[in-house]
Amino acid sequence: MTETASTTTPGISSTTTSGPASGEVTDAEFPLERGCPFSTPTEYEQIREHSPLAKVRLTTGREAWWIAGHELGRAVLADRRFSSDRRRDNFPFVSTDPETRKQLQDQPTSMIGMDGAEHAQARRALMGEFTVRRMAGLRPRIQQIVDQHIDEMLSSDQRTADLVEALSLPVPSLVICELLGVPYADHDFFQARSGPLIRHTTPTEVRLRIQKELNTYLGALIDRKVTDPTDDLLSRQIAKHHAAGTFDRTSLVSMAFLLLIAGHETTANMISLGVVGLLQHPDQLAMIKEDPEKTPPAVEELLRYFTIADTVTARVATEDVQLGDTTINAGDGVVISGLAADHDPTVFTDPDRLDLERGARHHVAFGFGPHQCIGQTLARMELQIVFDTLFRRIPTLRLAAPLDDIPFKSDAFVYGAERLPVAW
Amino acid sequence: MRIEADTDVCIGAGQCVLTDPTVFDQHDDGIVMLITKHPEGGAAHRAREAVELCPSGALSLIEEPGDS
Ligand code: HEM
Ligand code: SF4
Repeated sequence: MTETASTTTPGISSTTTSGPASGEVTDAEFPLERGCPFSTPTEYEQIREHSPLAKVRLTTGREAWWIAGHELGRAVLADRRFSSDRRRDNFPFVSTDPETRKQLQDQPTSMIGMDGAEHAQARRALMGEFTVRRMAGLRPRIQQIVDQHIDEMLSSDQRTADLVEALSLPVPSLVICELLGVPYADHDFFQARSGPLIRHTTPTEVRLRIQKELNTYLGALIDRKVTDPTDDLLSRQIAKHHAAGTFDRTSLVSMAFLLLIAGHETTANMISLGVVGLLQHPDQLAMIKEDPEKTPPAVEELLRYFTIADTVTARVATEDVQLGDTTINAGDGVVISGLAADHDPTVFTDPDRLDLERGARHHVAFGFGPHQCIGQTLARMELQIVFDTLFRRIPTLRLAAPLDDIPFKSDAFVYGAERLPVAW
Repeated sequence: MRIEADTDVCIGAGQCVLTDPTVFDQHDDGIVMLITKHPEGGAAHRAREAVELCPSGALSLIEEPGDS
């Protein structure tokens, strides 16, 4: 599974050649902007047809390999010769500024940046919190959170709202509160900070201040749960680590913070984009309104179609790796482009068509390999509940602005909408 | 056919349980647990799909004599 011999690299036919100049096929700087939510950068297609990998220039001035094929992408994500450690030189997109790099190097890594046995240990300690059964237990509470926010939307006389503010941001934030065990009285404090924290329009110094406040808050919350445990993820983690003699407050704070960051913006953006996708395809939306059984496959298709965390799946080669005719040198940065993989026509027929009945689950919207999203069952459930409830309770929901006027985030690593004016 | 699950490799993403809860389950610690090693009919079909979907390579299929 982990060793891939050059002659049998999945996703590269043996006749493919990498072309001249180590496969440079485009002089565009990556990551590329998406023109609109319904298009993928044409460069992805160029790379895919070419190899399916190419050396590209990054906006940081560095170079990295860009992998645009589905099969090769999955193979590399499953290959342990590639590291997730963001502190390594050449890790794609990490700032080249020495000061920022030093700050990063001084921080404790959380699970997402660990490799091998260290990663397995951290992941295994947390895995039990995200089982399909445990997540199903959260369903009624998530339904309640969604209903409350839709109640609020409906109680306004204006019959308009910014869906990002009204639903997309608060729902996943409150679900994480529920998961971690943030007491009800602190929800406002928590939410007032987690929203701006993940908004790209928030100035860096404000974001840093909020990050500090949240870390202080999470530390105090953990202290409270040490003395007064409740029925939640943090209390169970504390008990588990105490029993094993591995309790470490700092790493528990950083784990809680990772869950907040990884589970908030992603889910929020999928809510907003999912609503745009559904509203732009009214005939398909009608289908899921009629039959909620069709919502789970529709959610899979929306995840595939938008693959919002396109470039989160980046790695650094720890040794020379032969991929087909191309040698990736030790130390090279590699980006396994999820969006490109999920629009690979050899795997998804007519990939640029949103087909809510496609129901294909082998997309890489949640990544692949040992780091595949730990929160995916939760995310799927949140999205299903939101779409089902929103369109059942507000059947006349529509966009209140032309698609061209909706500010989609072009600068962000996680694609989404800055604001989403809706009316009913 | 027979399914094998390598519990040392499983990363508990639950893709298999989502694919067919009559074949796959998870222990409380998130690790995969096979309800049956020999799924039949539609369940066999879905078990194959689960092997394809498993992100960690924990699941494998072994074809056995007499398989059609
Ligand atoms: C639609 C929503 C979501 C998307 C698209 C998404 C996407 C991803 C992707 C692509 C990765 C892999 C990163 C890599 O390989 O380097 C990942 C990892 C992760 N996600 Fe998610 N995610 C979502 C929701 C969530 C939620 C709700 C949570 C938790 C509450 C969460 C927690 C995590 C964590 C902790 C990791 C790191 C896992 C590891 O390193 O083993 N995510 N996610
Ligand atoms: S899909 Fe694979 S990694 Fe995920 S729980 Fe099942 S066996 Fe484990």
